Amino acid sequence: MSSADRVSSRQLVLLLAPALVLVLLLFGGGFAYSVLQSLGWQPLIGRTTLSLDAYHNLLFAPAYQEVFWSGLIFSLWVSTASTLLSAVLAVLIALLIHQAVQRSQLWSFLFQFNLPVPHLVAAIGMLFLLSQSGLVSRGTAALGLTTTPADFPVLVRDTSGIGIIIAYVWKEMPFIGVIVFGVLKSLNASVVQAARNLGANGWQRFRYIILPLIAPSLLSSSLIVFAFTFGAYEIPALLGVRYPRALPVTALFLFNDADLNSRTEAMALSVLITLVTSMVIGGYLWLRGIAQRLG
Amino acid sequence: MAARHRSTAWLRTLTLVFISMVLVAPLIAFLLNAFARSWFYPHLIPQQWTLEAWARILSPQSDVLQAMGNSLLIAGVVTPTALLVGLPAGRALGLYTFRGKRLVEFLLLLPAIVPPLAVSMGLAVNFLRWGLAGNWVGVSIAHLVPVLPYTILIFSGIFNQYSLEHEQQARALGAKSWAVIWYVTLPLIKPGIVVAGLFAFLISWSQYLLTLLIGSGRVITLPILLFSSAAGGNNLTIAAQAILFTAPALLLLLVTNRLLSTDAVSGLGRL
Repeated sequence: MSSADRVSSRQLVLLLAPALVLVLLLFGGGFAYSVLQSLGWQPLIGRTTLSLDAYHNLLFAPAYQEVFWSGLIFSLWVSTASTLLSAVLAVLIALLIHQAVQRSQLWSFLFQFNLPVPHLVAAIGMLFLLSQSGLVSRGTAALGLTTTPADFPVLVRDTSGIGIIIAYVWKEMPFIGVIVFGVLKSLNASVVQAARNLGANGWQRFRYIILPLIAPSLLSSSLIVFAFTFGAYEIPALLGVRYPRALPVTALFLFNDADLNSRTEAMALSVLITLVTSMVIGGYLWLRGIAQRLG
Repeated sequence: MAARHRSTAWLRTLTLVFISMVLVAPLIAFLLNAFARSWFYPHLIPQQWTLEAWARILSPQSDVLQAMGNSLLIAGVVTPTALLVGLPAGRALGLYTFRGKRLVEFLLLLPAIVPPLAVSMGLAVNFLRWGLAGNWVGVSIAHLVPVLPYTILIFSGIFNQYSLEHEQQARALGAKSWAVIWYVTLPLIKPGIVVAGLFAFLISWSQYLLTLLIGSGRVITLPILLFSSAAGGNNLTIAAQAILFTAPALLLLLVTNRLLSTDAVSGLGRL
């Protein structure tokens, strides 16, 4: 490893430059331009003065206020519920698979298999399954629980976002689960056995041995899920309603508006979405820093 | 005691079977819908079957084939580009420690966490001015944003467990730099190249929002077509397109399940 540590800075620059230039130019440039446009910079329609008007409009102007605040609450609700449900279910299932004596390979494969299914497909799948004449509704009819499609609850395109949450949990639970399962696999079984011998019951073994071990990866994967679900478009666009509407859907709606003036608000809204997720992730990193310093 | 043990084991298996069914259910719904001619409520399976959707997809004037062609073209350009750019960066991050490494890592991986909306909108407006909006070239360049973090992450993991000894021996024996790269480095990291390439392909293949914004509705890839079908098409068409769109991802998982580490597998969750 000592020889690996010696590398000329010229070599390093050559290795890293293409990736850094592309990311800074495309990602950094794209984001910077969004911020600039959200401040009113629109040379195409002759606006070159900067102001915070668009942000003020979103938060307080009658034309946007209602859509913004209801959308913010809706998006926060959907992301929080999806993240918590996915995390709890993921831990339960990862534990189940870990403890399953037989065929744990098969289960963990089944558990992984919907990971590469795109979010767009997850949304469409939920339309087929959960609409009032969907597959699940036909199942409840076969069981005699319902007799007409109208008896089945409205789960997709509903006002409280149930369909969106179910689609996200379906997609994100295995994501958190695979990460937690990876930690569980590396867990030393003798520690758990020792705790059992000392008389620790199932809950105590989970609370004092397993949970502290999986906590860091559980937290970071849950945060990724929160950040993703808060800023993603496809699932709320296909499974949501007009009001209340998730913030990313409103942002794209404003962006595509024929009136180029609302593009400023669209940019401001997507900058605000980025700000919320950055605050959540920044807050977590800050808290983790404090926890590490405390020991 | 043994009886109780057996009954909890049964309960566990039953729960796992139920969960697997929930996870597979949407795909079953696609398979049933993609071949259903008539399927009235409350029938659990279609009353009449048809291959109509597939015949339409294979017909010469099929919009699906054209969209798949566009998707393949874009992913086919994005994948080698991402490998060429991601491999050296991953090598630098995986092999060496240097000042500012944390910052470089943070910058390169940031696009994987930040919501794509703001970046995509800013890019779309800029690409419009540079003539890169509304064509596959611009869309391919834009796809590098979500793709690069993952290729870099995979290569940095590979190079983290890589020893420079073989390269040094080859050089000591007089091999030129291109020969070292071609005969030593590339064969050693071949599994990493395969995984990173498949990832790059899949991430590009799955992009909806970025393609929509940069392509200005003129670059019709498979997800763009699928989304507009889903917003107002018939179930037969939607299901068949959804199957075509999902198939490469599932095939990849089947083929490479043993190649993928936990990190890599979890990366798939971001599609």
